[in-house]
Amino acid sequence: MMDTLLLSRIQFAANISFHILFPTITIALGWVLLFFRWRFARTGLQKWMDAYLFWVKVFALSFALGVVSGITMSFQFGTNWPGFMETVGNVAGPLLAYEVLTAFFLEAVFLGIMLFGARRVPPWLHITATALVAFGTTMSAFWILVLNSWMHTPQGYELRDGIVHATDWWAIIFNPSMPYRLSHMLLASGLTVAFLIAGLAAFRRLIGDRTEGSALQLRFGLTLGAVLIPAQILMGDLHGLNTLEHQPAKVAAMEGNWETGSHVPLLLFAIPDETLRTNHAEIAVPNGASLILKHDPAGVVPGLNDFVAADGTLLHPPVTPVFWGFRVMVGTGVAMLALSWLGVALIWRRKGAEALPRPFLFATTAMAFSGWVATLSGWYVTEIGRQPWLVTGVLSTKAAVGEVAAPMVMGTLMAYLAVYAGLLIAYIGALMHLARRAAEGAPPRDPLEARSPAPTPAE
Amino acid sequence: MMTIDATTLPVIFASLMGVSILLYVVLDGFDLGVGLLFPFATPAERDRMIASIGPFWDANETWLVLAIGLLLVAFPSAHGVILTALYLPVAVMLIGLILRGVAFEFRVKAPQAHKRHWDVAFFAGSLMTALSQGFMLGLYIMGLGWTWGHAAFGLLTAGALAVAYSFIGAAWIILKTDGDLQKKAVVWARGGIWGVVLGMGSISAAPPLVSPRIFDRWFTFPELLLLAPLPLMSGALIALLWVALRHLPTRDDRFAWFPFAGATSLMVLGFAGMAYSFYPYIVPESLTIYEAASAPESLLIILIGTCFVLPVILGYSVLSYTVFRGKATSLSYD
Ligand code: HDD
Ligand code: HEM
Ligand code: HEM
Repeated sequence: MMDTLLLSRIQFAANISFHILFPTITIALGWVLLFFRWRFARTGLQKWMDAYLFWVKVFALSFALGVVSGITMSFQFGTNWPGFMETVGNVAGPLLAYEVLTAFFLEAVFLGIMLFGARRVPPWLHITATALVAFGTTMSAFWILVLNSWMHTPQGYELRDGIVHATDWWAIIFNPSMPYRLSHMLLASGLTVAFLIAGLAAFRRLIGDRTEGSALQLRFGLTLGAVLIPAQILMGDLHGLNTLEHQPAKVAAMEGNWETGSHVPLLLFAIPDETLRTNHAEIAVPNGASLILKHDPAGVVPGLNDFVAADGTLLHPPVTPVFWGFRVMVGTGVAMLALSWLGVALIWRRKGAEALPRPFLFATTAMAFSGWVATLSGWYVTEIGRQPWLVTGVLSTKAAVGEVAAPMVMGTLMAYLAVYAGLLIAYIGALMHLARRAAEGAPPRDPLEARSPAPTPAE
Repeated sequence: MMTIDATTLPVIFASLMGVSILLYVVLDGFDLGVGLLFPFATPAERDRMIASIGPFWDANETWLVLAIGLLLVAFPSAHGVILTALYLPVAVMLIGLILRGVAFEFRVKAPQAHKRHWDVAFFAGSLMTALSQGFMLGLYIMGLGWTWGHAAFGLLTAGALAVAYSFIGAAWIILKTDGDLQKKAVVWARGGIWGVVLGMGSISAAPPLVSPRIFDRWFTFPELLLLAPLPLMSGALIALLWVALRHLPTRDDRFAWFPFAGATSLMVLGFAGMAYSFYPYIVPESLTIYEAASAPESLLIILIGTCFVLPVILGYSVLSYTVFRGKATSLSYD
């Protein structure tokens, strides 16, 4: 029988995983829309406006899903993790409050003008509204990642009677992992959007869309991906070095390394076994991990066995999900690198995205949601890698859970999962539908619609 | 002059929270009300009704996020107690809010054949949200217990709040539309006003009966005299609304704003009464705002930010309502 703690963890993970899918899209898509809008204002070319009008619909849909699932998140702290705010509320509270005050209202209010105001306000105000929405989503990512990074690498506080009190806000905001996490996440968002744009455009070309618009978007997505992915890989490496310094147990789990030592190999494949505390079926690059983490084949890499208390309690996170989560993320990153660079090379050689071969278009379509895969696995590495802590060294996950009856949590968990599964299907279906309609040119009308005098709103 | 210290901060934050709950109830109240009236409208009218709230609903909902955020940050221990006690209705509300919010977008972006299903989801989401909020209000008034009596009262307030929301929703449609839809909304509002009377009556009557402390706060001299304007003004407003709804819509569309203004004033009055009853408790009869408040340093940090940001938020909210003033027309992205 699952207990309240485990169920609450699964429920939190389900809710945040569903939530993060949509911010990942809106954060970068806001800026991309601003770019499309600005190009149209500069050039007057219809293809930029077409790109804007297509992606603004995706933005609106993703934004709505982001907002409603975000509201669930802010209630979760109270319903399932009352110990979190009671212990670290003095730090977490102001950060969350600043997110609401500086970001959420900005996004929400200007979203209305951005979406529906094009004919009601002058162009400069419309562009400003678009910019403010993009800025707002980025601000909210900033504040929430400050909080999340502080939970990983807390500083600037003191404990009084077991309660965290803030002593230095500068140190709290600019905690050691924040710059890395923020950059890595913003780049992740950019990549997710780049591959989504390229993927849907490739899908349109596959089903026979020969317009300039789809070629433009295909080229745009691939180029954006090709530019961002090297930066992301570099950033990821730096992030890992930072984690090595502050959360060595997490890095040991990512590497699947049990014994501290030098000349540690880089595992490409392995089946970690936590009961025997060893790996099976290893495929390894000799000295790889030492090289990556210490830039020296003889570098000493921490091992998981260092993080076991004298009485046998494990002080390191569960190994398998962290180990595999990391490999899925890095693997996706490598696939992104290969696809986008190949695409840019092909476009260059064939002088345009119109002539990309069908197999390449298939591969690009298949990668449309690869950003989601990498982002989610990255978050799983980070968050599971922090266990058993909720706030490293300050508050354990166990100590924060609320006293709600397990069956009740089970019930709500099932309800959320059902709703999320339905919405995810509907979301991807709607994106495909929009792409198909764009490929067909004219929007098909439903008979009911044609009879009614009022035009469809916000179509 | 009053210095900002450990006792004034909780009051300031309780007031801020009260204001954002009130704003939420009025603003998202009309969005939810529009959703509740959906089944009574034709497909073309539905598009128009959606158009009247499309540019606003997201910002309106953000007041809920702010309210819960303030509860979370300013009164962390109360936040835990209240939300674990209300675990199930909160979950119902969240799922309702999810359905309502996404149905908005999906109904025009998913294949046309699915539109009717999203209309149902829009109504169902609004209904779940309104009922669960009303239920939570009832439980809160009764002191957050879970007995049959509490649940029964919760069901009563759930129904009352849903009717009140549809009343203010109808009032919003009267303000933002014209023609047949406006006429229909007047009829809806005429029906809704009885629910408002019943709801406000029961919500006002219950607290003094449940809590002798609240009874004493109202029914002693001179408080009784000072407080008398609250119920008297409410009564007068209801009478005026009743008369106005007999005569609306007028030919030149004057007074179309009145039902909405009246409904808003009623909600403000009701809210003031409740705030008076419960102060200084944040968890009724067991935890005061002073006991529940977080550390003053942290509250001060938030307050400074709020003083700068809140006027800006109000400013650009006004901008948005100005841009989309007048009768609602169809919405489009270009
Ligand atoms: C890296 C980015 C990121 C992360 C990790 C989170 N969020 Fe988020 N959130 C956003 C980025 C974002 C966003 C981009 O700002 C959203 C998504 C779509 C949107 O409209 O705003 C948003 C929306 C959003 C909303 C609705 C805001 C509104 O009404 O406009 C709430 C209440 C939250 N979030 C709360 C949370 C909480 C409590 C989180 C953590 C536990 C969280 N989010 C993680
Ligand atoms: C946005 C992407 C995020 C994802 C995908 C994610 C994922 C997860 C996962 C999978 C866990 C469960 C770990 C475990 O119990 O083994 C977890 C725990 C937790 N995370 Fe995150 N997280 C994200 C961001 C955040 C942020 C921004 C915050 C807070 C500011 C946060 C707060 C927490 C808390 C409070 C827990 C403890 C509850 C639990 O263990 O389930 N997370 N997260
Ligand atoms: C290919 C090389 C990559 C490397 C070396 C890398 C490295 C890392 C590391 C070490 C972490 C854990 C941070 C921690 O310790 O807390 C992490 C987390 C994460 N990764 Fe990557 N990453 C790579 C690619 C990607 C890609 C392609 C994406 C998404 C498109 C991505 C998205 C994320 C996210 C969202 C997180 C969690 C948030 C964070 O902690 O920054 N990563 N990455």
